[in-house]
Amino acid sequence: MTDVPMVLAEGVSKSFGSNQVLKSISLEVKRGEVMCLLGPSGSGKSTFLRCINHLEVLSAGRLSVDGELIGFREANGKLYEMHPKEAARQRRDIGMVFQRFNLFPHMTALENVMEAPVLVKGLPKAQVRKRALELLDRVGLAERADYYPAHLSGGQQQRVAIARALAMEPKLMLFDEPTSALDPELVGEVLDVMKGLARSGMTMIVVTHEMGFAREVADNLVFMDGGVVVESGDPREVLSNPKHERTKAFLSKVL
Amino acid sequence: MTTANTPGTGANPSSERDSEPIKAIRLRHPWRMTFAVVLVIIFALFIIDAAGRQAYDWPTVGKYVFDRRITLAALTTLQLTVYSMIIAIILGVTLAIMRLSPNPVVKSVAWFYLWIFRGTPVYVQLVFWGLIAIIYQTIDIGIPFMEPWVSFDTKVALNTFTLAIIGLALNEAAYMAEIVRAGLLSVDRGQEEAATALGMGWFQTMRRVIVPQAMRIIIPPTGNEVISMLKTTSLVTAVPFSFDLYTRSRDISAETFNPIPLLIVASIWYLVFTSVLMIGQYFLEKRFARGVGDRRPDRKGDGGSAEVATGVAPAVGVDKPTVVLPPTTPDSGGH
Repeated sequence: MTDVPMVLAEGVSKSFGSNQVLKSISLEVKRGEVMCLLGPSGSGKSTFLRCINHLEVLSAGRLSVDGELIGFREANGKLYEMHPKEAARQRRDIGMVFQRFNLFPHMTALENVMEAPVLVKGLPKAQVRKRALELLDRVGLAERADYYPAHLSGGQQQRVAIARALAMEPKLMLFDEPTSALDPELVGEVLDVMKGLARSGMTMIVVTHEMGFAREVADNLVFMDGGVVVESGDPREVLSNPKHERTKAFLSKVL
Repeated sequence: MTTANTPGTGANPSSERDSEPIKAIRLRHPWRMTFAVVLVIIFALFIIDAAGRQAYDWPTVGKYVFDRRITLAALTTLQLTVYSMIIAIILGVTLAIMRLSPNPVVKSVAWFYLWIFRGTPVYVQLVFWGLIAIIYQTIDIGIPFMEPWVSFDTKVALNTFTLAIIGLALNEAAYMAEIVRAGLLSVDRGQEEAATALGMGWFQTMRRVIVPQAMRIIIPPTGNEVISMLKTTSLVTAVPFSFDLYTRSRDISAETFNPIPLLIVASIWYLVFTSVLMIGQYFLEKRFARGVGDRRPDRKGDGGSAEVATGVAPAVGVDKPTVVLPPTTPDSGGH
């Protein structure tokens, strides 16, 4: 059971019309591992992330989370498109944090965190409320529980978004450039929460430009460009000693 | 504990003493005043003239404003408006969601409905509804081509009041559908994605996330539609239904040979209703501005408000990086 990788991608491809964004990506994320995806914009890293929880549908290849095929059902050697209800059930176990936070603006921080467990899992409100307050405390926002997102700073909003994703008790967390829309001085507080999460053993895939974070936290770093994996390996190794020309060129611009 | 809380401490020494408040002589706007006075004079002259003018016949206006036939007609007009608007909103929301549904069959049905009901005049539709009993003498429920289980005489089942409501509601639903659709489309796509990523289904996402946010966009034009509907009810005479406010006052004036005062009576009632509706709209808008207006958090955290003021970042965050960039450029330039 434990040797089943949390995420297994085999030849994953994705096209939008004639534009092929992902070209046969194969990679593996083990349970409890943190993987950072790095690459220039348009390299397909966000698209790959969105494929993992079926926000985008693969054009080719196979993708499974915790041994379960995502978006399709396999029977007698044939693939069947999944009913939206089944896809929604799969997404419950996969948390996602967006670049633009995407908090629900008409709900307070607490209501944002409580929404999905109550609505989707049908858990009793009192129990969810207690857990939501714990989560808000964990991201350092216990006193902000009754604030609407518009009254929170970007960093605070993103931390609420992380708490909201954690409320569903996912086995995998996806971060799509979680600090790119933040003021530089607010980036640290979000990264701190993510570091804590990584230490607690959460399996995470993080699309980021934060090299320091990748170096410190990631078990594995993948550099993507033009829809393919150019280079991957230990983050300290890849960042300080890139083997591929494309990686070198990119890192020299970012670092 | 975090950087968000610190900005207040780095006080600038020069700001220790408050600077003098500005005491400038206010700019004068003599023309505003002149126009206002002229307008007041013109209006006053009009009122004085109208008060004495024979044709308005104010005593008759006073006599009929609270005439039982008129107040009943006013109530009927209100009923027509409210009932048809309720049906129109429910049907409109359904149609809008149908048009945005991923299901092509459902989508086409909604499109066809809009094509028919928006493409023909409401007056024509009302006449058609009035003739429904001639087109379909009975309403049968059962399996096609078999003996019906139940059969109603159309004339008995649908009186003119019901037909008027059906006619007004079905027409209005087509317009409401477009208003609701505009509202739904105005909600950021990220909201739907966030809800989907949390495992919420399409319908749950609509009900809990998209529709409540769309309400803010939907309410103002819907208020417009309600007011418009109040006045459109005067067309139900086409059905023919004749107990609404306008038709009733026309009928009375046909007896008294004095149309002008009764038009004023009808106008007064229409104005009273629209005024009440406008107040209702104000409160509805306030209700759905949750989280966007400058509303304080539900439970006030004393002393927290100052931090909130400094921490309102989402919009600022977009342009800030450009401000922070300059220090890095000499670095790369000197390289």
